[in-house]
Amino acid sequence: MTLDARLVVTRPAFTLDLALRAERGKVVALLGPNGAGKTTALRALAGLSPLSGGHISLRGRPLHTLPAESRPIGMVFQDYLLFPHLSALDNVAFGPRCQGVSKAESRRVAAELLERVGLAGHAAARPRQLSGGQAQRVALARALAVRPELLLLDEPLAALDAHTRLEVRSRLRRHLAEFDGATVLVTHDPLDAMVLADRLVVIEGGAVVQQGTPGEVARRPRTDYVARLVGLNLYRGAADGGRVDVGGLLVHTSEQFDGPAFVAFAPTAVAIYRSRPDGSPRNLWQATIEGVERHGDNVRVHLDGPVTAFADVTPAAVADLDLTPGQRIWASVKATETHAYPA
Amino acid sequence: MVRRRLSRWAALGRTVLGRTVLGRALPGRVGRGRVGRGRVSALPVALVLAGMAGLSGLGGCGAGEPAAGDADAREVTVFAAASLTGAFTELGEAFEAAHPGTTVRFNFGSSATLAQQIVQGAPADVFAAASPATMKTVTDATAAGSPTTFARNRLRIAVPPDNPARVDELKDLADPKVKVALCAEQVPCGAAAVKALEAARLKVTPVTLEQDVKATLTKVQLGEVDAALVYETDVIAAAGKVTGIAFPEADLAVNDYPIATLAGAGDAARRFVDLVLSRQGGDVLAEAGFGSREPGREPG
Amino acid sequence: MLVVPAVAGLAFLVLPLAGLLIRAPWSTLPARLAEPHVLEALRLSLVSATVATACCLLLGVPLAWLLARVRFPGRRLVRALVTVPLVLPPVVGGVALLLVLGRRGLVGQWLESAFGVTLPFTTAGVVIAEMFVAMPFLVISVEGALRGADQRFEEAAATLGASRWTVFRRVTLPMVMPGVAAGAVLCWARALGEFGATITFAGNFPGTTRTMPLAVYLALETEPEAAIVLSLVLLAVSVVILAALRDRWVSTP
Repeated sequence: MTLDARLVVTRPAFTLDLALRAERGKVVALLGPNGAGKTTALRALAGLSPLSGGHISLRGRPLHTLPAESRPIGMVFQDYLLFPHLSALDNVAFGPRCQGVSKAESRRVAAELLERVGLAGHAAARPRQLSGGQAQRVALARALAVRPELLLLDEPLAALDAHTRLEVRSRLRRHLAEFDGATVLVTHDPLDAMVLADRLVVIEGGAVVQQGTPGEVARRPRTDYVARLVGLNLYRGAADGGRVDVGGLLVHTSEQFDGPAFVAFAPTAVAIYRSRPDGSPRNLWQATIEGVERHGDNVRVHLDGPVTAFADVTPAAVADLDLTPGQRIWASVKATETHAYPA
Repeated sequence: MVRRRLSRWAALGRTVLGRTVLGRALPGRVGRGRVGRGRVSALPVALVLAGMAGLSGLGGCGAGEPAAGDADAREVTVFAAASLTGAFTELGEAFEAAHPGTTVRFNFGSSATLAQQIVQGAPADVFAAASPATMKTVTDATAAGSPTTFARNRLRIAVPPDNPARVDELKDLADPKVKVALCAEQVPCGAAAVKALEAARLKVTPVTLEQDVKATLTKVQLGEVDAALVYETDVIAAAGKVTGIAFPEADLAVNDYPIATLAGAGDAARRFVDLVLSRQGGDVLAEAGFGSREPGREPG
Repeated sequence: MLVVPAVAGLAFLVLPLAGLLIRAPWSTLPARLAEPHVLEALRLSLVSATVATACCLLLGVPLAWLLARVRFPGRRLVRALVTVPLVLPPVVGGVALLLVLGRRGLVGQWLESAFGVTLPFTTAGVVIAEMFVAMPFLVISVEGALRGADQRFEEAAATLGASRWTVFRRVTLPMVMPGVAAGAVLCWARALGEFGATITFAGNFPGTTRTMPLAVYLALETEPEAAIVLSLVLLAVSVVILAALRDRWVSTP
């Protein structure tokens, strides 16, 4: 175990209490809504915010007793914070210089790193002459230049536009794969987390609500926030054999077990009818259309009734059925398309 | 001191504006609030003038504040040398007590500065100078009444009470180990000091040439210098804080103080001059350390 | 809407200067300028204002850093104290300096007995008087720049292993350089025009303590035209230097 930390930060009206582990060569993503405490956790790891309690140890050595400048970390900030008065090369050489490496050697290391991130041609450029994606790569090179044992990334892709993001994300993934220390990544974007991380730690209100591999978390969300992130309808209830009572609706599922349970299904699994369908599918309920909005190539219909749910339908279906807010409709989900698991 | 300096610059500003930029559109005393009578139509110029009036108001001491019109004789504005501050303030109070409803306003300062302010149109009714030369610049340039000498001031060596350099006569000042402050030659006490030292055939190298007699005296009071040449009146005003030493050459550099009414002065101004020249005035001045206006006749 | 008061404001500032130019005795100007005491006073003014500015930078920038970056009890009071020389009449400042650094002052007494150093009536005294009056301009300007600077850059430097001193030298200072430069220019200009504290603390003697403003003041006693000439010289030299510095420092971030 490279990183083993329990981070406690108390502030008026907010408490962060978070256990965090990360292994060498692995990327842990802290995922959560705004204000969940992700950045606070990262700043505590870096030594920029004081811990109120807990500990941080890196390869068995205590880290929380050291000031920021003595911790073997590298950090990439959300808006990169490249020093505006230094060239890209000198930004990257800054860390080695601070560690006492000679000017010439620092620059050589920096040039090598710039080459690795594909920016050898921009060594002399000032930060304001760089594009967002280039600046992000310089920031990464700068953080790696101090040969950190722990790499901290704060929303590394948030400042980029959608197009650049795609390319930078895959590049970042390659660089993180090459890095042999532990990486902690903070993001509120589930896609970044899924692509970049080996393990997700979801935090809400300063506490961990779920953790696991991206696959596990995506398949079995345990909070509404995670369910929304991964795009599933999620309900909590009591299972009784093949049925789960989620309050107002008895959902028939393919799994068989008893006790507290989650039921999840995708919006695309919901079918909508103007009138009560023949043949009576088993999971059928009457609902009111709350709203209709575009969602990718489909249309997402917000349903209110015994349970609230999202249904994704084709634009053609919207036209055929004349779906408008306020309308009463029937909704159904096949049992085979639901997924129930113990809560 | 600061107020005095400000009004000095304000006066320079007025001078420049009154004389050249505005030419004859604004005759005479800008400071008296005659702006409205001039043919100034441009708003910005008026604004600037308003600003200048404000500034000189800040400079204070009556030089730039809009005073009552000439016809109103219930106010007498007296420009007087700084060394007269104590004596004239007392006389002003006596005058106001004797003439109820009339107020006396003073502008004390360096004689040369006051003279320039008057020449440039400052609203003064009476001028009392510390030297005939400064009075002459006023009488030459304006329609002032003829000046009368009303007091004389002698130089004294001023030393701190503990007299660290053991100075007791004028030639002690020539000792290079003695730190001496003199007034700058440009101001009357400095001119008098040069005259006295020349008469004694002494070469004194001061550490500083102060801008006026009060500043020179301050340096002695604070012990920054071992000795200075100041007026007897200043030594008396600073009683206890400095010790005055009389020296024979002082009689060769006596300063005469002339007083005169200025153009446009009313009866009240003339009555104030009469008070200064009266026996009562002589007594007050003598108490402050000024010698009699008539050599040989000691006041008393 | 804003143009009329702006023009009035400009006129208010520029007209007195125009007055100086118009009243200047142009015919005798070259002769007056060539007088050795004019050059002497000018040289003394430039040297003392420059040395004073350098000393203010040395002391004032760290002070500004302390006020902007370090939390300590009584910081608000200290900040207010720093601005005292701005509201204090310079002459009072000069007297205050005499009371502390004068021959019988709290510190001055000790300076004289221990080192045989007396500051009043020396060029060093001029520099001290100018520093006292001009340093607040530098401190306020630099402190403002420091407070406006994004402190997260300093955090970024810390995560790269930079000590507090390295952060200050290599990140903070370069980033607030425009503020430091502007402050230094203000400080220099204020020091160049310093009168009250100088004449009170350092006195007035040609060659050692008579700076241009003192020479102007004394000339005004007897020869207003000479005073105008001296003022013009001071004005011309400072405008040239300020304009040159402004282009070089202040416009480039």
